[in-house]
This record gives sequence, structure tokens and C-alpha cells, in this order.
Amino acid sequence: MTGSIAAIGAGLAVIGAGLGIGRIGGSAMEGIARQPEAASKIQTAMIIAAALVEGVALFGVVVALLGNG
Amino acid sequence: MRKRGFFIKKTKSILLFSAVFCITMANVYANESVGHENHASESKDTVSAVADSTHAIKHGEEESFNPGEMILHHIGDAHEWHLWGHTSIGLPVILYTDKGIETFSSSKFHHGDSTYTGKHYTYSIEHEHIKVVNADGSINEEASKNITDLSITRNVASMFLSITILLLIFTSVAKAYKKREGKAPKGFQSLIEPIIIFVRDEIAKPNLGYKYARFMPFLLTIFFFIWVNNLIGLVPFFPGGANLTGNIAFTLVMGVITFIVTNVNGNKTYWQHVYAPHVPKALWPIMIPVEIIGLLAKPFALIVRLFANITAGHIIVLSLISLIFIFKSLAIAPVSVAFVIFMDVLELLVAFLQAFIFTMLTALFIGTAISEEHGDHSHSEEHH
Repeated sequence: MTGSIAAIGAGLAVIGAGLGIGRIGGSAMEGIARQPEAASKIQTAMIIAAALVEGVALFGVVVALLGNG
Repeated sequence: MRKRGFFIKKTKSILLFSAVFCITMANVYANESVGHENHASESKDTVSAVADSTHAIKHGEEESFNPGEMILHHIGDAHEWHLWGHTSIGLPVILYTDKGIETFSSSKFHHGDSTYTGKHYTYSIEHEHIKVVNADGSINEEASKNITDLSITRNVASMFLSITILLLIFTSVAKAYKKREGKAPKGFQSLIEPIIIFVRDEIAKPNLGYKYARFMPFLLTIFFFIWVNNLIGLVPFFPGGANLTGNIAFTLVMGVITFIVTNVNGNKTYWQHVYAPHVPKALWPIMIPVEIIGLLAKPFALIVRLFANITAGHIIVLSLISLIFIFKSLAIAPVSVAFVIFMDVLELLVAFLQAFIFTMLTALFIGTAISEEHGDHSHSEEHH
């Protein structure tokens, strides 16, 4: 078996990112479905929240890279 | 008429950039007569022709492809700008030693094969670290600690390029505004104006309130600097492709500047929140360290977010390309290239988004520092 614990750690961090951004996207779509005229505001807020969540997930990836190399 | 003016200005600044580049390089080559290179194989073979061929053989036979090493080499900084195959541009190496300043071209190192004897010491390069070597070729760690590496590396040269581009764009747009006072914007202005208004209306005004004008230059600088550097890093050939925003030192400086600007502009309410938070005094031993950590955590998050996003994007693209070399078959190439194009378009979005997020969070932090709104705890103020 090849690989390292760091790779497993990075994978776990990415699971967190996927779940988080998935939820954000889901609620954004619900919001747009309820009130289509607010679509652009909701979209902007969604992108910002997604970038923040992705930032946190990438902390995990960075630590994994540090652990590996 | 205007087009000609723009091209003349563009040529002028390309000339200016090349002039600065050439002057730095000329200074480097001027020292050539002082120092001399030592070929690593000289002790074994006095005939330089054989030395050259052993050098060539070492490059000719390929070791098995190591994707990790290739990726780290492309992500990291380098003292030369590698163009294709074995062609590189040797960038100036500037060392501040305890005996004086030393400058030479990094091509003297011959990709790490030879050492170089300068005015003061003999140097060799190992994994992009320049070390002092003794006469017998072993690394002298003691002396190596005394030299500071201030070279123009690939990242620095890329930063010069992006600075030139930004200065070009904005001085020409500013001049056009002055010339067309009162008239509608035309040409390049129409491209830049909506972006500046976007920064003003979406980032500055909502977060900074009526005091936004003071911080607009700072926010615009951060936004465009990060965006242009992200975009240049995405271009796969010269003069792009130097991973500047994915360098933790660069993002560290950006984060530190944000930290300084935020805290220098902090008003009394802001510092009150940190050092005398509005909680029962018994909780202060817990709250004050938490608040101070919060002060530091915010720029830290900015630093790591920008670094990790851009580096991750580059690593993904490089990994997809190296799939072709891992499978050693050209049939993978269309799939790989299709994926890479998709990832690169996503990276374009990420380039803009990361610049936007950095600027927006900076504006948010400055806003909390200068805000004078009192929510739930302004007992004394309300009595006025």
C-alpha cells in the first residue's frame, strides 16, 4: 500500500469542503426558487461564502502538504 | 491618433522594463572577469570536452519521471527563468555577504552542476539555496549562515513585470480621464471604470461607510495587484507562469500590510473591544487572549487562503499534465488537455474571486476598526 497519512488528511479536509459548499449551494438554490428576483444577491452571497469555506478546507490541504514534504 | 499614443507608450514601457532588466544583468556580467566557474568534474578530468559530454550525458538519460519533484520545482521559486528544454534565462544573483555585496548571473551555476567563485566566497546552489563551499567542495554551513540572498529570482522578475503592466494600465487610464474631462469615457477607460466602480460600490462603501474614499487607493491596489499576479501565474509560457501569489512570502507581506493598515486606523471603540471587552470582568483573563488571537487570526486566514487557493490550482493543473508522463502514452493527452482547460477556466474564476475576497475581507476589517456605530453597549454615549 502506497501513500501517506498526509494524503488521507487532505482527503478528509476535502470531504468537509464538499459538504460545506454543497449545503451553501443547496440553500442558495432554495432561496432563488422562493424569490427569483433576489437571484443575483443570493448568488453573490453564495460565491463569497463558498470562497470562505474553501479557504478553510485548503488550510487542511496546506497542513497535509507540509506534513508530506 | 489615440491608438498611436497608446502603442508608443506601450513600446516605451517595454523598453523601460527591458532597460531595467538589462542594467541589472549588465551589472552581473560586469563581474564576470572577477569570478570564475569551477566545473564539478574538473578534479576528475582535466579535459573540458569530456567534462562537457559527461554533463550532457547526465541530462540525456532521463531518470524515471517523478511528478512530485517536478510539481514542487514549478511551484517554487527559482534563480533562473526556465524557458524550454535546457534553455533558461539566468537571473541575477545578488548576495549580501559579511564581506560585501556579490552579484553574478545564475547561469554560472549550470543548473547546480558547478560552483562559482566570486569576489569573496565560493558558492554552490542546492535546491535553490545558495551555500558557501570550502575549497574541497564541501558545504560550509557556518559561512552560509552569513550570506543573505537578495537575488532577483523568478518571482521577483514576475513581480516587476506585473508592476509594469499595472503602471501602464493605470497611468494611461488616468491620463485619459484628465484629457477627457467632462466627456464620456472612451476606449480603455470603459474597461477599467466598471471594475473600479465595482470595487467602490460592492466592497468599499458597504464595509467602510462614508469614510470609504480614504481607503480606496489601498483597496484598489490590493485588488488589482493580486488579480493581475494571479492571471500572470496562469499563463504557461514566458513571461507568465511564475507562481508569485502562491508564494507564502508574498501573501505574508500582503497580510502584514493589511494588519498594519487595520490596526493603525483602529479607533477607541475598536481597541476597547480587544483590551476591555464588554463582558463581566471575571471573564477578562479568557476574553483578552482570545481577542488578541482573533486580531492575529484574521490576517493569518487571509494569508493562507490566498496562498493555498492559488497553489492548489497550479498543483492540480501540473498533476493533470504529468498524467501524460506517468502513463507514458500519447492517448491520454486529449483527455488530460481537456481536463486542464476546464481547470484553467476555473482558475480564471478563482483568480478573480481570491482577489475579490482578499479585498473584501480587508475592507471588512478596516470597517470594524474605523466604525463608530454603537450597537448594544454604548451606555455612556447614549446619554449625550
